[in-house]
Amino acid sequence: MKPKKVLMQGNIAVCEGAVAAGCAAYYGYPITPQNETSAYMSRRMRELNRVFIQAESELSAINMVFGTAVTGRRAMTSSSSPGISLKQEGISYLAGCQLPCVIVNIERGGPGLGNISGSQSDYFQATKGGGHGDYKIIVLAPSTVQEMYDLTYSGFDLADKYRIPVMILADGYLGQMMEPIKIKSKIFNPEDKINKGWILDGCKDRAPRAIKSLYMGEGELEKHNWYLKHKYDRIIKNEIRYELYKTDDAEIIIVAFGIAGRICKGTVNMARNKNLKVGLVRPITLWPFPYKIISSIAKKVKRIIVVEMNLGQMLEDVKIAVEGKCKIEFYGRPGGVIITQEEILEKVRKGFK
Amino acid sequence: MKSYKNMLEKQQKKITINKELCKGCELCVFYCPKKCLKLADEFNSAGHHPVILIKPEDCIYCGVCYIMCPDYVFSIIQTNKK
Amino acid sequence: MKFLYPESLKQTRHLYCAGCGHGIIHRIIAEVVDELNIREKTIGIAPVGCAVFAYDYWNFDVTEAPHGRPPAVATGIKRVLPDRIVFTYQGDGDLSAIGTAEIIHSANRSENITVIFVNNANYGMTGGQMAPTTLLKQKTLTTPFGRDIKYDGYPIKVCELLSVLDGTVYLERTAVNSPKNVMRTKSAIKKAFLCQIENKGFSLVEILSQCPPGWNMTPVESLKWVDEVMINTFPLGVIKEKI
Repeated sequence: MKPKKVLMQGNIAVCEGAVAAGCAAYYGYPITPQNETSAYMSRRMRELNRVFIQAESELSAINMVFGTAVTGRRAMTSSSSPGISLKQEGISYLAGCQLPCVIVNIERGGPGLGNISGSQSDYFQATKGGGHGDYKIIVLAPSTVQEMYDLTYSGFDLADKYRIPVMILADGYLGQMMEPIKIKSKIFNPEDKINKGWILDGCKDRAPRAIKSLYMGEGELEKHNWYLKHKYDRIIKNEIRYELYKTDDAEIIIVAFGIAGRICKGTVNMARNKNLKVGLVRPITLWPFPYKIISSIAKKVKRIIVVEMNLGQMLEDVKIAVEGKCKIEFYGRPGGVIITQEEILEKVRKGFK
Repeated sequence: MKSYKNMLEKQQKKITINKELCKGCELCVFYCPKKCLKLADEFNSAGHHPVILIKPEDCIYCGVCYIMCPDYVFSIIQTNKK
Repeated sequence: MKFLYPESLKQTRHLYCAGCGHGIIHRIIAEVVDELNIREKTIGIAPVGCAVFAYDYWNFDVTEAPHGRPPAVATGIKRVLPDRIVFTYQGDGDLSAIGTAEIIHSANRSENITVIFVNNANYGMTGGQMAPTTLLKQKTLTTPFGRDIKYDGYPIKVCELLSVLDGTVYLERTAVNSPKNVMRTKSAIKKAFLCQIENKGFSLVEILSQCPPGWNMTPVESLKWVDEVMINTFPLGVIKEKI
């Protein structure tokens, strides 16, 4: 029997992915363009007897996530760019204390108050820190509503596996669009997905535990940082994900993520119809970034065009991967503007002259 | 008064002072109703003058030193003599 | 009669200054946890401030929290573990400066948690700066000429501020500068924990605590300063009781 497909909005797909993964608590705050998420969760979580709080700020919301994460239960928060800025302190603490959780960023135009259109200008914030200290979080970039659902769902598993915060880096267009998607047939109960071994739930039948990120003793913090680094190395080794689209014989490669990646797929199809050998590398994990595959492709092609809806952020990671092996160009539209297949094709065609 | 003291002696109360934890704050000295506590001249390993029981025979085991001590210095145990 | 240290307390040297109220309050909390037999169900949240290492001094589960955020962290714990006893332990910077939003809203939602608020009228850990609870004319590291209404505003009375919120159920202010006040603090803390155990809602005990280095006094002098000066701005007693 064919699995059922449901027409769903991106912001709601994130909710349903979380619910299916056994998310015990959702803490949010309204901010456009992700208001549907907190509104939907306010009803859905209560219906399932799970926890929903509209917090007093995005700052409080991430700290409520911290509290639930400490107990080993799955917790999620969502926001958009300015709200994610507020969460950075909490994210640094979550990373330092090694607490799993899922944070959804439905990006909008920035900096500052910006606008309420979708954008990709939080790549640096997501992958290069945002908060203070030497830490990383796993960053997943969906490009379809199906991936909004699937990556949120698997984001919880990754978070628990490595005791690390996971960010779903989407944007206002993905959040607003509606597509038919396949949903999981099984919805996990929060009680099925409780971490063990390090959690705080009352010291019955065991020694008391502390959760902390403060290491004041001589050499302790360095040791902790190296421990985190080794964890990050394991994630880099095992969890890189990307999509290769028509790259085998390509002479020009587009590298794009999220909604830009999806639009550029259309550009690749248009180009191929005109017999132009174009391919697409679409990173799905932005951290860990797929340096190796881009590096090996760079040896075989003439040009790489990085396409983003910002002023050039993933561009820097692509340059690191390519290391001068081929020419790199950039096409970007900042400020919440959506790119079109046609304008990218124009850029691609210039290179074939 | 005398019979109360006799009763205490029969009950064999014991007060222990953990000198190493003492920081010499003197809150116990200030509040001891029988004034039987004082800071020693010597230092403990942390560099403080720890408290000592100068008149153990005057101690009535009221527990005020335990109540006021911020550093967990005092323990008072009662074991009943048969 | 026995005066022995409770199981919930690690009888170890701690980093608080000589005469500081934190040591007394830690012990009282541990005594209450033992007496109510909730050690295996208790989860504490340590602040950022002098008590940042509180998890090293208690024998039950304790977590760190970012500065000012313990009430939000407590909310996140209590909502998924409603049968555990969750309390925050916060100083005046943590609770009434950076954490103002979190304390007001967790009180407003009547989260079934207990807040232990240690008020020593300055920021001890960082060297003695002005706190929201610093008294008028009090000299601190950042009010070298004394706190002045013109530049620095007034001391905040946290219990009174929170009493206006319908969600708050039990609010009391006590002190630990005398045996009588220490015993009164213990019964207030016990009442607050019982309020949580009986699912009655948000409780807070504000404890005036001596800070000899922050006030530039000896420990014994600081006991008197609480009685002679602090209590005039922060009167002791039950500010609200809806139980």
